[in-house]
Amino acid sequence: MMVQVFRVLVLPVLLYDCETWTPMGSSVSSMEIEVVDRTRAAYQTGRSRPLQFRLQQLRALRRLLSEHEATISAALKQDLNKSHFNAQLFELIGVETEIALALDKLSEWAAPRPVQKNLLSMLVDAYIQPEPLGVVLIIGAWNYPWALTLKPLVGAIAAGNAAVVKPSEITQHSANLLKELLPQYLDKELYPVVTGGASETQELLRQRFDHIFYTGSSAVGKLVMEAAARHLSPVTLELGGKSPCYVDKDCDLAVASRRITWGKFTNCGQTCIAPDYVLCEPAIQDRLLQEMQRTLQEFYGDDPRTSPDYGRIVSERHFDRLITLMDDCSVALGGQSDRSELYIAPTILRDVDPSCRLMQEEVFGPLLALVTVNGVDDAIRFMNDREKPLAIYVFSSSKKVIKKVLAETSSGGVTVNDVMMHYTLSSLPFGGVGQSGMGRYHGRHTYDQLSHLRACYVTSPALESFNKARYPPLSHGRLRKARCCLQTWLCSCARASILWVALSSILALGLLVALLVILFKDTSK
Amino acid sequence: MSQEQQVAERTRQAFLTGRTRPLKHRVSQLKALRRFIVEQQKDIAEALQKDLGKTEYGTQLYEMLGLEDEIKVALDHLAEWAAPRPVGKTLLTALDDVYIQPEPLGVVLIIGAWNYPWALTLQPLIGAIAAGNAVVVKPSEVCTHTAKVMEDLLPRYLDKELYPVVTGGASETQELLRQRFDHIFYTGSSAVGKLVMEAAARHLSPVTLELGGKSPCYVDKDCDLAVASRRITWGKFVNCGQTCIAPDYVLCEPGIQDRLLQEMRSCIKEFYTDDPKSFPDYGRIINQRHFQRVTALLEGSMVAIGGDSDESQCYIAPTVLRDVKPEAKVMQEEIFGPVLPILPVSGPDEAIRFINSREKPLVLYIFSSSNKVIKQMIAETSSGGVLANDCLVHYTVSALPFGGVGHSGMGRYHGKCTFDQLSNLRSCLIKTLSMEVVNKMRYPPHTAERLRWARVLLLTRVRLGRLRQLALFALLGVLAAFMYKRFIK
Repeated sequence: MMVQVFRVLVLPVLLYDCETWTPMGSSVSSMEIEVVDRTRAAYQTGRSRPLQFRLQQLRALRRLLSEHEATISAALKQDLNKSHFNAQLFELIGVETEIALALDKLSEWAAPRPVQKNLLSMLVDAYIQPEPLGVVLIIGAWNYPWALTLKPLVGAIAAGNAAVVKPSEITQHSANLLKELLPQYLDKELYPVVTGGASETQELLRQRFDHIFYTGSSAVGKLVMEAAARHLSPVTLELGGKSPCYVDKDCDLAVASRRITWGKFTNCGQTCIAPDYVLCEPAIQDRLLQEMQRTLQEFYGDDPRTSPDYGRIVSERHFDRLITLMDDCSVALGGQSDRSELYIAPTILRDVDPSCRLMQEEVFGPLLALVTVNGVDDAIRFMNDREKPLAIYVFSSSKKVIKKVLAETSSGGVTVNDVMMHYTLSSLPFGGVGQSGMGRYHGRHTYDQLSHLRACYVTSPALESFNKARYPPLSHGRLRKARCCLQTWLCSCARASILWVALSSILALGLLVALLVILFKDTSK
Repeated sequence: MSQEQQVAERTRQAFLTGRTRPLKHRVSQLKALRRFIVEQQKDIAEALQKDLGKTEYGTQLYEMLGLEDEIKVALDHLAEWAAPRPVGKTLLTALDDVYIQPEPLGVVLIIGAWNYPWALTLQPLIGAIAAGNAVVVKPSEVCTHTAKVMEDLLPRYLDKELYPVVTGGASETQELLRQRFDHIFYTGSSAVGKLVMEAAARHLSPVTLELGGKSPCYVDKDCDLAVASRRITWGKFVNCGQTCIAPDYVLCEPGIQDRLLQEMRSCIKEFYTDDPKSFPDYGRIINQRHFQRVTALLEGSMVAIGGDSDESQCYIAPTVLRDVKPEAKVMQEEIFGPVLPILPVSGPDEAIRFINSREKPLVLYIFSSSNKVIKQMIAETSSGGVLANDCLVHYTVSALPFGGVGHSGMGRYHGKCTFDQLSNLRSCLIKTLSMEVVNKMRYPPHTAERLRWARVLLLTRVRLGRLRQLALFALLGVLAAFMYKRFIK
């Protein structure tokens, strides 16, 4: 009886937290655990796998974007002072392109991919079968909160995965809007949106995912990868760094300045692939400044603060950070700021010393440093002394200079004679290297990145005599046979099409012979 | 500065000289590696005999042939792999140069395994050299003789500053993992794989982890049991079961279990004679620790074939267990030894459920004459690779990317895959400074008109393939018209 009393009255008090009545030692914020468990259960029903379902979800996502264009733009305006056009041009068109491509190509991407075989595997089906990975975690960024969160989501859906979407809490209006809208269009159990700050993200990262897709800073990228290591989850890290822009003396400075100015001050410099700083010879620095000043005037008018196309810094923390960066440099253009509006004028700094604060971290703001170098060799040395960036930009009319820079440096991507445009081609795999990231995405590359490319080899019990070469007892003769079978290459066709290839080759050859015969007969007449 | 730190630093300096980049250098190093394999055959085989009881033929077949093939493929295709790879363009970039340029990553760390110490250490090395990297090679210390041969002989053939061999145990490996590499390629267990990835995270180094797990083998009642048994027996007992892609356990219906056992018994006899212990083609367990581990797994299960062992020789007979329960000791970890449990299941559905309730394996084997069953099993499970009606051989097709998923690993290699895995595939867009008028649509002040243009230029894909087809048809039409006029009229 005493045991019963103990069990009923005393034990609960010892084992449970009396204030909240949760089991002792359990995490209070287990919402993330529930969401992940629910998403996994939804994935395991298998409903994300049929192509029809994926296409339907992608179309629904497309409808979301077109039906809510105005509200999305409004949210972006509040978060980053993006104009309606900026929102379209730099966020939504990109996602639309990805959806259109996925809808068009999905059946091709998802189909088995035959591979090249050797003599031994001639009569087998050897192919790569893309499959979903499972549950993907997508952690979005704040500078392009829609593009950088939804583009990976498009690939994740296309690949047949479920996805937990965690938009950045820094752009709150966009995050809240995404949380409200996505469940209205997509399967809410397969693609839940989780909002919250650092602690919610950390809690999410404690859970097990089949892939983690993170866009943000290198510092946090390391933490994401460490967390992923505990579950052996593969990661895609789209990070940042200082993307250099080399301007050769031999180039059309007016055009170069326009393009650089555009790239730098779009979204107030808060772009991972914005040209972070410029390297040029001292002789052209003045001209460069002149052209940039002209361009800024053309783009944003006399007072950028009043231009609807000029953005704002996302938060006070980043504003303060940027103001500090300007401290020990010589401002050639701009420099004005207003904390109440989170406004910093388009600012260009000249003769910047490599040791100054501005050159120690990724700027991520409307401050363009001009660093003088003695020519292309000096510029290459300068770039190679630093971490591999996400992008390198080169402006030159000389093919030789361009080739040299490309051959002697490394980066995630390169655009020559323009900035950022390699991002717009979904056929180009986008991503970093070294500290600027790992993994690639855009277009089919997102699909492949978030798929498991499973090697399949389907043979038959027939032709067992071929296998004698490998069975013990091993001998010289058997070894020779094995060597022969393993090392001869044939075409990479599926079994059925080998026949078609053979037939059509014979037909083509026959026609060629007939043509030659006719021509020969004709000329000999 | 520790020795490992010095080696990593020296290798990086050697890489920074740029001498790994020219294709000629890579080709010469690959040829040197090939010479090494051919000229040092004897020493290599002797070391493997001492480490794992492998015969010379076994060494050739399971280690060296694969390497020779990889080197040949790399030499044949290097120029193609390293060349710029053009990609599709949009209307906006129709006149630009758009391509992916493969580049070296830098310094790669390769941590080899002990079960196929040459294949699993040198195969990634081939791809790393081909991709223009420098490499620190860390062979497994568990196969002591092989590690010694690699350390002594490899530097005589390859550039010793670019491809140093570092030997040592756990603490040397940990010290190496504290250094910064541009890629870490690890083959081994999932437990250590996690530590490798954690270490790599500190430097944001990408990793390729070729891990393991329990690779299931489903034998359908509708299949040629004689052939299936031969292939499974071969796959299981090669290298004494110490193969990451060995069939770990068999699932089959109770009705065919006896027949399966009968066939396997006769296969074992055919391959390894009545006394495998004295037969040269039957290997040994690598060391005492693993011997004890594997023999302990037999506890609680019914031995149908074999079961005997000899600790002094690290010998375990080819052993098959019957009617094994899922909770048995032998089903709790990757066996990595010559013990094959057979678990009865009621059919493919239960087999699929069983497989899916466990971690995704490195490979799934299916033996069935029914395409329907094979298709069903492939569609409803996941694994690094899948092989129907045979064992291990998917590893030999270098065009098939090899690797795991989930706990069985991440990343792929073999053939071109290794090259790509150990390269930086850099996206390049080369524009000219002309045609500036086209860019107007993206510059502020933004207007609806400009936006419309932007949409058209960015969203229209230039289908070169389609254009080429149209051009070809036009040409054929002209040719046909010409032929008609000339010869028929």
